Amino acid sequence: MTETIVSLRHVAKSYLRGKQRIGVLQDLNLDIAKGEFVALMGPSGSGKTTLLNLIGGLDTPTSGEITVAGQRLDQLGGGALARWRSTHVGFVFQFYNLMPMLSAERNVELPLLLTRLSGAQRKAHALAALTLVGVEDRAKHKPSELSGGQAQRVAIARALVADATLLVCDEPTGDLDRKSADEVLHLLQVLNREHGKSIVIVTHDPKAAEFAGRQLHMDKGSLLEAGSLAA
Amino acid sequence: MKYFPLVWATLWRKKTRTIFTLLSVVVAFLLFGVLETVDYAFSHPSGGATGADKLVTMNKYSITLPLPFADVQQIRSVPGVEEVTWLTWFGGYYQESKNFVFALPIDIDTYFNLHKDELIVSDAEMRAFRDTRTGGLVNAALMKKFGWKVGDKVPLHSTIWTQKNGSLDWTFDIAGTFDAKDPTQASQLASSFLFHYELFDEGRSFGKGNVGWIEERVTDPSQASDIANRIDALFANSPDETKTQPSKDFAMAFIKQLGDVGFVLRAILGAVFFTLLFLTGNTMMQSVRERVPEFAVLKTLGFGDAAVLGLVMAESLLLCVAAALVGLALSFAAIPIVKMGLQGMELSRGALLPGIGVAVLLGVIVGLPPALRAMRLTIVDALADKR
Repeated sequence: MTETIVSLRHVAKSYLRGKQRIGVLQDLNLDIAKGEFVALMGPSGSGKTTLLNLIGGLDTPTSGEITVAGQRLDQLGGGALARWRSTHVGFVFQFYNLMPMLSAERNVELPLLLTRLSGAQRKAHALAALTLVGVEDRAKHKPSELSGGQAQRVAIARALVADATLLVCDEPTGDLDRKSADEVLHLLQVLNREHGKSIVIVTHDPKAAEFAGRQLHMDKGSLLEAGSLAA
Repeated sequence: MKYFPLVWATLWRKKTRTIFTLLSVVVAFLLFGVLETVDYAFSHPSGGATGADKLVTMNKYSITLPLPFADVQQIRSVPGVEEVTWLTWFGGYYQESKNFVFALPIDIDTYFNLHKDELIVSDAEMRAFRDTRTGGLVNAALMKKFGWKVGDKVPLHSTIWTQKNGSLDWTFDIAGTFDAKDPTQASQLASSFLFHYELFDEGRSFGKGNVGWIEERVTDPSQASDIANRIDALFANSPDETKTQPSKDFAMAFIKQLGDVGFVLRAILGAVFFTLLFLTGNTMMQSVRERVPEFAVLKTLGFGDAAVLGLVMAESLLLCVAAALVGLALSFAAIPIVKMGLQGMELSRGALLPGIGVAVLLGVIVGLPPALRAMRLTIVDALADKR
């Protein structure tokens, strides 16, 4: 039986805008198996990013149950959720979100500051992660000295360095040219297939979605279909 | 310590802004250090190691009010009083008002007897001083300052005492020099110029027969307080009531005639730090505002609210304390220069220690509002415009 890493049951999310409550997700049910590579697609405002935030523990649902890596996220408070994120999930953003004043190596080292590792151990882990994504030669460079593709690889190294089992990526190729985008997607595919990382990406790009093992389509806060596609 | 590279790098994110902020804090703490030292000097005048047996009697209400010379004889009769001398504030300067001279008319015998443990004068120079009615006995440092030599005729301008001919200028013949026996007390005498009380009393156009204050040496320093009370009791309910106190307290009272120096200095510092509070606070606020997405990323990576608060506070404290240490170090180095302008006063480097506390307080005050703001950031909202 396949182990489930993400499980959503009757999840709803709404926001208050002034006095009006805006529903973003409605009665959403979803299972993602461990080691799966899932692409979330859909038009703007369909709730993709909100769903990704809930899976990554950046936000909490208005109702329903969310279980990720065996932990009920909807029952955790802010501090516990932060600790959970630091050990279980890695994030990749469209605009990389690297610290501009830190070198690539220091950026990758950031999640490890929350561990008990020594300085030398942190450095070794950071270099290993940079090597894994193929930018170890850019370790001492600052983000402004990197190309978009290189910066996104550094961001992926930062997401991996604490050995997260789940990577959540919000439009990871949205700011890259086709060639760099394909390289990054290929890297994610390698991490999924060879390193067993579970990956959920949000994308508008059908080509990017093709790298995933499963595509989920959303519209108006609901999942339209959940079809299993051959990778 | 593992967070230091992150805090340090963040501090230098905008180099120019950080440098200007650091400079303003450095200058403020340089001023703080200098003024604190000056304040210390004014509130801790040097009394010397030999001052415990010395008392000073002045008019109960103000040092500017005189005492009758007759009081000297009465004080001399108080048991326990070993020697008595009398002086008057001359208020002198040489050529220009900035060339202050601590000129004192003295009664030679009683003055040097009372201060025999403190002053050095060669026998020949003392003889010359005694024999010259218009003679002046000048501190060696003052001689050097104005390039005077023994035998020179020097005019001193009094801001108070007119002569019978209406002139405020008094001319003296330098008969010799004197110095302090204890080198640590040398600066206390650096502006001193002694001359004959007789010449002064006979030459002045008013106030004849009055003295400014009376100094006493007591036989037993442990009885000084009782003797002071006995002296004051002599003149209780008279038109010229007295206040007798240890010479160190007298020096303090003398300085306070200038006004509340401590209050003035603190008012200046208050204004400086009030401005600095806004300047540094604004810098920190702006810096945090620009880094909202970065704080959101840190929180995404698992940094808790307390960690984010701590990082901003550490940055603020580093900025304020590092700059303050530089400023205080500069003021520490400036102490010898300040000392040149505060002759006769003791300067303490210990007066700089409160600066560290002020720097920490400043760091906390300017860091707390932006730190709370960063702590309260919601990841989703903060990332919304950056994804």
